[in-house]
Amino acid sequence: MKNIAWIAIGSGLLMQPALADELFFEATGKLSTEVTLYADDGQFANQDYRTNLSFSAEPEFYWAWNDQQDNLTFTPFFRKDQRDSERTHADIRELSWSHLNDNWELRTGFRKVFWGVTEFQNIVDVINQKDTVEGLDKEHKLGQPMVNLSLVKDWGIVDFYVLPGFREQTSAGLDGRLRAGLVVDDDTTTYEASNNDRHIDLAARWGHSFDVYDIGAHWYKGTDRTPQYNANSHNGENVLSAHYQQIEQVGLDVQATIDSWLWKGELIYQDNPIEGFWASQLGVEYTFYGIQDLATDLGVLIEYGKDQRGTNANSVMQNDIGIGARFDLNDTQSTALLAGVIYDLDYDTTSFSVGGDRRIGADWKASIEARAFSTGNSNDPAAIFVKDDYVKLTLDRYF
Amino acid sequence: MNIKLLTTSIIAGSVLALSASTAFAGAAEDKGLAIVQEAKIRDEGWGDTTSSMIMVLRNKNGQESVREIRSKGLEIANDGDKSLTIFDRPRDVKGTAFLSFSHTSGADDQWLYLPALKRVKRISSRNKSGPFMGSEFAFEDLSSFEIEKYHYKFLKEEACSIGTCFVVEQYPTDKNSGYTKRIVWIDKAEYRTLKTVFYDRKDSLLKTLTTEEYQQYKGKFWRPSSMKMVNHQSMKSTDLSFSQYKFGNGLSASDFNKNTLKRAR
Repeated sequence: MKNIAWIAIGSGLLMQPALADELFFEATGKLSTEVTLYADDGQFANQDYRTNLSFSAEPEFYWAWNDQQDNLTFTPFFRKDQRDSERTHADIRELSWSHLNDNWELRTGFRKVFWGVTEFQNIVDVINQKDTVEGLDKEHKLGQPMVNLSLVKDWGIVDFYVLPGFREQTSAGLDGRLRAGLVVDDDTTTYEASNNDRHIDLAARWGHSFDVYDIGAHWYKGTDRTPQYNANSHNGENVLSAHYQQIEQVGLDVQATIDSWLWKGELIYQDNPIEGFWASQLGVEYTFYGIQDLATDLGVLIEYGKDQRGTNANSVMQNDIGIGARFDLNDTQSTALLAGVIYDLDYDTTSFSVGGDRRIGADWKASIEARAFSTGNSNDPAAIFVKDDYVKLTLDRYF
Repeated sequence: MNIKLLTTSIIAGSVLALSASTAFAGAAEDKGLAIVQEAKIRDEGWGDTTSSMIMVLRNKNGQESVREIRSKGLEIANDGDKSLTIFDRPRDVKGTAFLSFSHTSGADDQWLYLPALKRVKRISSRNKSGPFMGSEFAFEDLSSFEIEKYHYKFLKEEACSIGTCFVVEQYPTDKNSGYTKRIVWIDKAEYRTLKTVFYDRKDSLLKTLTTEEYQQYKGKFWRPSSMKMVNHQSMKSTDLSFSQYKFGNGLSASDFNKNTLKRAR
């Protein structure tokens, strides 16, 4: 599956003469300790605990040579979880060679790519699989094997992607929290593509900035990163099985930055074997700079997510309003506080989150995140989290 | 010459004494503008630069916190400069990078790259008065100097650390500036800014910036090796030291876009 990417990286390295005058090397990284405290025992079997301890490591190794025209980045990731054997996992976030030229770049290997402008979700962000066991915010992604050619033109930046190999979405195991009643069984995963996870996906994106606007348009054809889950029976156990279908999608992301206002929109049209549908995420963010003559900035935002499939959608915000606030104290320790609420208009349910982080000394950072799920409607997919209100404390050490 | 200068000073003095807040652009205003224009002209043609900077933040108890930053700049004819700023320390922000296209009129274009998310965010350039990385330098103190950003008034000439200085008042034209005015000391011989005193929105003394250890590059361009900002209200201070100034790196506009922002390190 990953052979193509490996060969590309290998050949790229071989092509570079070993006598490149100066080899630059740098190693950095982050070690994290995380303690999660749950308000209750979970509602499902094997969830009768209220604390969890977890450690992770993410070193990064970087080499550059050929007068910085070539570089190699290797970023492995490891997590050890006290309770959940599925959350204990390793990944190659990045193992990629980039060759740079004046107006183009060729990037080959495992990489992470971000597309989008909104904050609560990014429906246009389709390249990488989400590492969902890392957190509900969907900010954590698995490295995706790719060959990416990026061209810089007067009329914008164009990226072409060939994506050989597919990564399954991670999901909590039997002893994990924040999961459905049934556990996802990797052995029962099915694909629409006859060559399963070896389907070669393709994507292209054009992005441009002019005046106050930043615009991106993309096309994607290949395996859907978001699975459809079905209840199944495997070895006499009731389990969830992931099914990955083939999709074709076009999308648009736009931001207008006008004074203290950021107007943001993401729009997709997706065609899959079940249906064709539209989805959008629209919002606006306003920042009050230096509130009350302090250095503190307060940013407030509101976003609305709509998916034409309605409650059949497998997205988080199918008909939801999200409201958020962020305080940046702009102090020496870069203290920030966040609060958010998502209200589901279909199910009449709400989830809350608050958080904050602060640097300690030169090399440490402490974070806190709390989430509460208030759902009186058992039809809401979020009802599976109703006993999973938590406070998570994280301490990061940077190297 | 001396008589003329003296006259100008007297006029400037009397304008101050009368605290005339009229739109009348008198000789002091013209002279203030002329001095700053001359300083700007003398610095034209620098082309491109790269430099490294270490920032030491001190609170009133003397506790220190260090930032390390590298930057690249490109001079753009008839508009503001382009710059790319890369953060190396503290380690939790390592790899964060900032791309700015400043403009002589209208808002600057600014993007921030967040390496953990691989995300490029267009950000508002409205935030002039906020602190840069928790330091005593505001964003506006570090942005590229453009004539249009201020109105000017020549105050006087006086002795300063390296000879004689023009003393010029500068009134920000941007309503989002954190200052009512700045007073700058510019040396008569080489038009280098040696000292800047900042007055807050209430017109109270806020900060003093001392700019020292100038070195000349390419036989023309003066750059300081040290800048010290002291906040008189909070008693905090920030020292900036610059090193590895390099001119003529052959940078072009293609070194300042979202792709170069994403791989800046």
